[in-house]
Amino acid sequence: MAYVTHDDAQTVPPAELGEMELYHAKSWMTKYVFSQDAKIIAIQYSVTATAIGMLGLVLSWLMRLQLGFPESFDFITPTDYYQFVTMHGMIMVIYLLTALFLGGFGNYLIPLMVGARDMVFPYLNMLSYWIYLLAVLILVASWFVPGGPTGAGWTLYPPQAITSGTPGQGGGILLMLISLSFFIIGFTMGGLNYVVTVLQARTRGMSLMRMPLTIWGIFTATVLALLAFPALFVGAVMMTFDNLLGSSFFMPAIVEFGELLDHEGGSPVFFQHIFWFFGHPEVYIVALPAFGIVSDLLSVHARKNIFGYRMMVWAIVAIGALSFVVWAHHMYVSGMNPYFGFFFATSTLIIAVPTALKVYNWTLTLWKGNIHLTLPMLFALAFIVTFVNGGITGLFLGNVTVDVPLSDTMFVVAHFHMVMGVAPLLVVFGAVYHWYPLMTGRMLNEGLGKFHFWVTFLGAYAVFLPLHYIGLLGVPRRYFELTGTSYIPDSVQTLNAFVTTIALIVGFAQLVFIYNLIRSRTKGEVAERNPWKATTLEWQTENVPPTHGNFGKKLPVVYRWAYAFSVPGARDDFIPQNLPPDQVPTDGSVS
Amino acid sequence: MFFFRQIIQKPWVTADGSAPVHGGAEFSLPKAKVGLWVFCAVVTSLFLIFIASYSMRMSVADWRPLPEPGLLWLNTAILVFSSMALQWAQVNAHRELIGKVKAGLFFGGVLAIAFLAGQLLVWQQLVDLGYFSSTNPANAFFYLFTGIHGLHLLGGLVALGRTTVKVRKADLDMAYVRLSVELCTTYWHFLLAVWLVIFGLLLFT
Repeated sequence: MAYVTHDDAQTVPPAELGEMELYHAKSWMTKYVFSQDAKIIAIQYSVTATAIGMLGLVLSWLMRLQLGFPESFDFITPTDYYQFVTMHGMIMVIYLLTALFLGGFGNYLIPLMVGARDMVFPYLNMLSYWIYLLAVLILVASWFVPGGPTGAGWTLYPPQAITSGTPGQGGGILLMLISLSFFIIGFTMGGLNYVVTVLQARTRGMSLMRMPLTIWGIFTATVLALLAFPALFVGAVMMTFDNLLGSSFFMPAIVEFGELLDHEGGSPVFFQHIFWFFGHPEVYIVALPAFGIVSDLLSVHARKNIFGYRMMVWAIVAIGALSFVVWAHHMYVSGMNPYFGFFFATSTLIIAVPTALKVYNWTLTLWKGNIHLTLPMLFALAFIVTFVNGGITGLFLGNVTVDVPLSDTMFVVAHFHMVMGVAPLLVVFGAVYHWYPLMTGRMLNEGLGKFHFWVTFLGAYAVFLPLHYIGLLGVPRRYFELTGTSYIPDSVQTLNAFVTTIALIVGFAQLVFIYNLIRSRTKGEVAERNPWKATTLEWQTENVPPTHGNFGKKLPVVYRWAYAFSVPGARDDFIPQNLPPDQVPTDGSVS
Repeated sequence: MFFFRQIIQKPWVTADGSAPVHGGAEFSLPKAKVGLWVFCAVVTSLFLIFIASYSMRMSVADWRPLPEPGLLWLNTAILVFSSMALQWAQVNAHRELIGKVKAGLFFGGVLAIAFLAGQLLVWQQLVDLGYFSSTNPANAFFYLFTGIHGLHLLGGLVALGRTTVKVRKADLDMAYVRLSVELCTTYWHFLLAVWLVIFGLLLFT
């Protein structure tokens, strides 16, 4: 068989420094609290993200209660409602999904899957988590300042974000901007780790093209985040200047309560450019890890190699690159040169090509596969369907002429919740069911899991499909209450009540999931080693769950890619990446 | 083209029993160096977005350019000398002349602190002349650029301080010292380059 060899190892001089020495914790505090072990940090990140995510979930219930049953709840005022909308959006996108995929899964899986003992800069990695926690605490603190958290919408558009009349005009918006800045600083520390670990700390034999797609997704998303988050940082710092020091970066001459403010000449649209230059890559910062993880889930649970591995890698990289040139499609109604709009509509439609390619490849991976309908597989299948649904409405909204009437309606809310809310979360759930046995040595309860899956999957459709129709009728988003709008039929209210009821049920299912996570930690069925018969390195560690240092005395050596499933001639339907070729058991059919 | 060479590989073709040859690392560089380069890329992205903001805001009619105080030229010279001192320390680290390394690090650090003090003086001068960040966006950008650049240099000084402590230890590991000094020097040159770009931008607009 032809094998593309390149003997870098022999020709290039060895690195100036050898392996870094692994840091060994000496006390309980440095082992479990101020830990430098990526696996502990991953769990810290995940628990914090889940905790703040639960707050985001509760906020969505409160919003839905108001929309479904207006004038029934005295404790929800319009001010509260705007604060719920804003904080729900910000928490879910940044503090939950970004932190969970990169800080959680990134930290846990990167060293294990590439065959490293830990991240390359463990101390920085620890700092990354504590700064993230600080950012979360600052965010939560904004509930306890006069005026409460900001209600400017998660996009924080000036001038309204810092003028009076917007909830949280004083401390709220300031704490939000400070919290975001800390999040970005903390993330940069983690991101440096993820990138350098993937580039420099892989084990022998693990070439880039032998990496599992999970790692490709997380790696590319981290590169995007490292380049895109500075834009948010710039926006946050400049808005803080406008707010505190009275500069006019984004603030135009504006009259507030009959009084002309000191600002002059700033451009609010310019903030939108900066924000979305970050904001669009952010969508892929969440989506690319999900793409990667779902590829691995499908392959493992269908016992078949991923279809078109190289194409999948190129598609991830292409989507990442293209995501930097589509941002203004969020701003069609802000006013722009028509040629500009044409350019962004075109680039938006082009990005659908590599994305569709990935969907085809996932589907073709399933074709003639030995599909096991395990919980991870169910969630992976649900992801494909949901992602296609959410993605197709994205094609509508990407066209300027279609977008203009739909902009700022519930249709947009339905679109992005499907494509970047529900779809990535389905992957998170699938991934948790898949890797929980590795993290804890126990299986999650299957019955509770099935309940969680069906309620979440069907419930998400019951919630968001109606919102598309409501949006097509022209019901605007972000409105506290619809009154005196004759073009909106009464049936919309009935539908809204239905959606709210389902949303509460779906929310309850998430509590069942959390209960399952806690209960199975001690009472779950003990997992066998490598319960899913996966090929990747994280399942081939000496101890399960992997201990400090991940692998035993010797690091594994990689002989093949991560998708050696159902190889003809082999006895088992999977060959681990680190099994030497001469030790692969054969079935005798091929000599 | 390492990347291109990698992504045309056919990973599904298994090695036929021969030992795996890929070493695992993409670059034959220490990890810390790769980390520093990635960090420099992030900072570059940060300043590019700042500069793009600057040029967009400039085109609005209310823009009144800021006069550059003469002290900025002196500060620039100080930062150049600071970078040169570290370069000298790096050369001597390779020659294993520890005394000169210590001197280079010391002068590099002192000059960097002098640069920061000089920048604060410039702020003071501008405030005395009435150039507040609220009076014109050009002023606000100046404070923003110099402030963010100064914070990055301050972070560098922490690393420089740690390196100095390392060098002063009795049982020093020469390879480790060499790497630390090299990292500081690279970062100093990078921040000098960033400063020159910012200063040029201020001068020509």
